[in-house]
Amino acid sequence: MADTTSNEGIPEPQGTADIIETDYEIGQDNIERRIGPIRIDIHNPVFVVSAVMIVIFVAIALLFPEGARDTFLAVRNYVKSQFDWFFLLSANLFVVFALLLVVTPWGSVRLGGSDAKPDYSYPAWFAMLFAAGMGIGLMFFGVLEPVYYFGTPWGDNPLNGPLGIVDGQVMDAAQVEAARSMAMAATIFHWGLHPWAIYAIVALALALFSYNKGLPLTLRSAFYPILGERVWGFWGNAIDTIAAFATLFGLATSLGFGATQVASGLTEVFGSGVAEEGTRNFLGFLWGNADTSNDSSLLLVLIIAFITAIALISVVRGLDGGVKLLSEINMGLAALLLAFVFLAGPTIAILGDFFGGLGAYAQQIVPLSNPFGREDTGFLHGWTTFYWAWWISWSPFVGMFIARVSRGRTVREFVICVLLIPSLVCVFWMATFGGTAISQVVDGASESGVFQNVIAAYKPEISLFAMLGELPLASITSMLAVVLVIVFFVTSSDSGSLVIDTITAGGKVDAPVSQRIFWCIFEGAVAGVLLLGAAGTAGLDSLQAMVISTGLFFTAVLLVMCWAIFKGLQAERNA
Amino acid sequence: MFKRIMVPVDLAHVETLDKAMTCASDLARQYGASVVYVGVTASTPGSVAHNPGEFADKLADFARAQGAAHGIAAEAHAVTSHDPTSDLDPSLLKAVEATGADLVVMASHVPGLTDYIWPSNGGTIAGHARVSVLVVR
Repeated sequence: MADTTSNEGIPEPQGTADIIETDYEIGQDNIERRIGPIRIDIHNPVFVVSAVMIVIFVAIALLFPEGARDTFLAVRNYVKSQFDWFFLLSANLFVVFALLLVVTPWGSVRLGGSDAKPDYSYPAWFAMLFAAGMGIGLMFFGVLEPVYYFGTPWGDNPLNGPLGIVDGQVMDAAQVEAARSMAMAATIFHWGLHPWAIYAIVALALALFSYNKGLPLTLRSAFYPILGERVWGFWGNAIDTIAAFATLFGLATSLGFGATQVASGLTEVFGSGVAEEGTRNFLGFLWGNADTSNDSSLLLVLIIAFITAIALISVVRGLDGGVKLLSEINMGLAALLLAFVFLAGPTIAILGDFFGGLGAYAQQIVPLSNPFGREDTGFLHGWTTFYWAWWISWSPFVGMFIARVSRGRTVREFVICVLLIPSLVCVFWMATFGGTAISQVVDGASESGVFQNVIAAYKPEISLFAMLGELPLASITSMLAVVLVIVFFVTSSDSGSLVIDTITAGGKVDAPVSQRIFWCIFEGAVAGVLLLGAAGTAGLDSLQAMVISTGLFFTAVLLVMCWAIFKGLQAERNA
Repeated sequence: MFKRIMVPVDLAHVETLDKAMTCASDLARQYGASVVYVGVTASTPGSVAHNPGEFADKLADFARAQGAAHGIAAEAHAVTSHDPTSDLDPSLLKAVEATGADLVVMASHVPGLTDYIWPSNGGTIAGHARVSVLVVR
């Protein structure tokens, strides 16, 4: 096991593996030439079609911001409300399937052949899959989501359960306790086994078909058992193109929204002026005012440019020198912030939320994951189905990145480390941040900053800073949180650029460096143009809605992947 | 003068290597040196091979063919890298140490404008290796 590139040559053969015999040669459809001083090696037509489609959709969002937003939001809402059963049942299936792989003999198959050695040590591997997969969401939703369920005034309480605070009045102790455990259970449900099972399925399918079967590292390879040689033609191109497209828009839109969280954090820590008078600003850029219409889009664009610039350095330095290094820094900082909140916050209550939350999760997982006969549609469609579609639309990117760094693990190790351990870390994170925030609401009622920014007014990007603001050393921890948000974005952006580059180079991981630079800048440019060109975040809203709608398509892709994993592992066991 | 000549090869683009190959084998015959061909691969399937083991076999075949064609003692040294695009230079520099070569002969392109920002691999190796480097353009 070595983190550093092995330079001692190939130590030994890779052992038994069931290579798929195909006449397809990786890169045979690629266009490889020099244009002026720049060398390119891109898949035809995946690269060009996805790039052109992205430009067209950005143009639509810019030319008709309102119309595009209304249309895409309508599509998203239709998908969320009509296909809730499909998302929920499929996600349940993914969890069961992944858990079965742990306990059945298939779990002993090793990715990369029976004698392959893991490419990365456990800490480095874990840091990378976590930073790419979820980190940024934890920063955004860690405080927001548990508190929202605890006291939502909009009727989105999970399973129509009890509320802990109504009209600013804290309810009696028993009801607070019940609301608290339901809030933790519902949050854990969205951040626990289901999302990680979704990532694990995609990652496992790609790793298996690439490292053991010798097919290129792109989405289409998992379809080989079904489509056969046709996978190199139209259908394969379509799958890869949609994956590249969804990944780029997923990254660009969350980059745009993430910039608002960074701007809020910066203004919170370093800002001056008064929000009520409309003079609140960070270094002269208006931000965080009561009337948001004058807030500075330029500030957001500068933040995006900054994040993109760091991501650019990271992708040029490559997987080991850039992405791995940043992911490890990231994990270190996140652990620091987690430890601080755990110790400075109500430690006993947090432990209660962790263990109590796990218990409540075990109790509620069946009712929460059942799509039929539900009356809490605000929660079911607004949160659960939204999350499932979101995780699934991100899964090509995250899954492919996890696959890239998982060679040499057995299927059992892989599932335990991609499904169970991250789930537990997420539960602990949510218990710490959410539990602290709920305790603040219970103690301070309508006076608490968290109440004012989550329940009295819905300002998700402030929620984390409102919670930190009531703990000691707020200016230091808020600064740390801003840095952490930025680094989490960089680690999503750089790993995403590597993934899109690989997909659009037909599965080649050694395409010229100029291509990953192109995708990294393109992603930042899409986010920036949407923020500058369309009214406020209308452009971002519409394109994010569209990306989430692709979750429907990828749910079907994931179901096929389960079948492909099953077939692939069986052949592997017989090899 | 030289005992062991290292020649980095890109098996996906062998056609661009003719000059460097001829140059290396002429020098090897001149000084009675052996030649070690170094190839860098990712662990994912690529255009040359489906896995690192297959890559190593192909590189060994290539070395044997070169040795027979030019009448020189030839061997192969395959290197696996997580990210060949970014790690090529450090991988090759480590290979110089690992193979114990005292001369590197490598093909490169004629420098252009972009070389001011990204030096060519040949340029970087020549700039950092402790042994003699002959960059063939």
